[in-house]
Amino acid sequence: MPKVTYITPEGERVVVEQAEGTLMSAAVENQVSGIDGDCGGVCSCATCHVHVDEAWTDKVGPAGEGEKGLLELEDGVEENSRLGCQVKLTPELDGLVVRVVGR
Amino acid sequence: MSTRCVIVGAGHGAAQLCASLAAAKWDGCITLIGEEPHLPYHRPALSKTQLDPEGDHALQLIRPEDFYHANRVEFLSGTIAERIDRTARCVEAGGRSIAYDKLVLCTGSIHRLPPIAGMNLPGVFTLRTAADAAGIRHAVAAASRVVVIGGGFIGLEVAASLRKRGCGVAVLELADRVLARVTSPAVSDFFETLHRGRGVDLRTGIGAREIRKSEGGMEVVVSDESTIACDAVVIGTGAAPNTSLAEEAGLHVDNGIRVDAWNVSSDPDIFALGDCCSQHHPLYDRVLRLESVQNALEQAKTVAGVLTGHPRPHDALPWFWSHQYDVKLQIAGVSHGYDAVVIRGIPEPGASFSAWYFRNGGLLAVDAVNDAAAYATGTKLLKLGARPDPDRLKDSSVSLKEILQQAKETEHA
Ligand SMILES: Cc1cc2nc3c(=O)[nH]c(=O)nc-3n(C[C@H](O)[C@H](O)[C@H](O)COP(=O)(O)OP(=O)(O)OC[C@H]3O[C@@H](n4cnc5c(N)ncnc54)[C@H](O)[C@@H]3O)c2cc1C
Ligand code: FES
Repeated sequence: MPKVTYITPEGERVVVEQAEGTLMSAAVENQVSGIDGDCGGVCSCATCHVHVDEAWTDKVGPAGEGEKGLLELEDGVEENSRLGCQVKLTPELDGLVVRVVGR
Repeated sequence: MSTRCVIVGAGHGAAQLCASLAAAKWDGCITLIGEEPHLPYHRPALSKTQLDPEGDHALQLIRPEDFYHANRVEFLSGTIAERIDRTARCVEAGGRSIAYDKLVLCTGSIHRLPPIAGMNLPGVFTLRTAADAAGIRHAVAAASRVVVIGGGFIGLEVAASLRKRGCGVAVLELADRVLARVTSPAVSDFFETLHRGRGVDLRTGIGAREIRKSEGGMEVVVSDESTIACDAVVIGTGAAPNTSLAEEAGLHVDNGIRVDAWNVSSDPDIFALGDCCSQHHPLYDRVLRLESVQNALEQAKTVAGVLTGHPRPHDALPWFWSHQYDVKLQIAGVSHGYDAVVIRGIPEPGASFSAWYFRNGGLLAVDAVNDAAAYATGTKLLKLGARPDPDRLKDSSVSLKEILQQAKETEHA
């Protein structure tokens, strides 16, 4: 299971080992600040917005259509923006670093 | 002494209130009283992944257990708040009398049960709690025949999830179309076609009279006196605000516990939020009672603002979602009371389209079906208070970007 580093809006680095589920659910379970997961991970609320570290954007991949629509409504959207609930954690993502955007 | 906040009802609103108070480093103490045995969990999943054969049936907590410990929230699980004593300022629950300085009622909603004989038979279910969902899961096997009474969001989501399980599903809707209270005929039509295409026996303009035992299981007698044989019945006939506690305490209740813009009830020390309350909404200039996660969360943030000394009235734009099969519906705003609607795109299974609702030329709401761009644009237009041209919206050769751009220019003009 992968290890993921979240950099919170306050600048704190939170490392979640043995992360399971999605970038959103692993963050909520570990109380990573700035990720709320209000809709439970169904791409409806955008409270799980992260910037994927440049070194990882290829492996994580781009946002899907529905995700892009929601991201349109958020502040701080960049090329590397993703909704955490739409990124399933796999062994290939071991070492992933993301910055939490927060609201 | 620090402020004692007692929260009744451990659902979406309660979880958000705890989270917002914790984030603001509020120094009071919180007691959370919940009738269900669980910490607050994601309720919308009950009709979706919780019934889906491929879904994860573990409950998804809104915040992990550690969060409540770390923030010293005393959680009384499986405990019903029975009475509020407003003079002594305490709540009676589980044989205890719990004193409060501020009381927050987030008791959600209860089922509006239709007057049908046989509602108490085993095999008849409602769906509000995790226990209800587990009951349905255990009662239905792949080959079961299920009658869903009520073609609202929950009824239709249950129908979709049970079809995925392989069940035979009939849906009975008393009105002449499904989702009649919340959407326009074109959108109802789309969902009816969708469900029929997936093999649901969907009947509108037909009510259930009686549920009774039969030789092979049970049967539902419908209004034309025919019967539908089945193994289980799910009632999805809508909800009513859960206000009994508030009513007994003499609070002002009118289709929900009436609250002001700060979610304060008619007693200045008692707040109410979420499904159980009704409130004047500034964007729609009328009293609304909404049943949605978004509404409960925003109102909880408003209450937290008052408690922490940063009051901010509730004025957020409502939004909602529903999932049925591979269809995702996203709603921005509230369409109730519309006098015109235009459809953008073609409402057919497999396609994406949107319905735009107006009143006196102002945009009220958008229903977006598999169309995130329409949802996003609709949200932006609603936040601008825009009056987009319905004819241009209807015309798919005019891009949503252009429409939005024009609205922005009009606003600045
Ligand atoms: C099956 C289903 C599917 C849904 N799908 C969606 C969806 O897709 N999108 C969406 O936005 N919304 C959806 N909703 C609605 C959404 O879940 C509610 O609007 C939301 O949960 C409201 O939050 P709340 O805090 O007001 O109440 P709830 O989350 O309902 O919590 C109320 C809690 O209070 C407890 N309680 C009541 N009285 C007492 C008492 N006296 N003492 C102690 N505890 C008490 C209840 O047991 C309950 O646990 C769905 C609801 C259901 C049932
Ligand atoms: S959790 Fe709601 S969009 Fe990701």
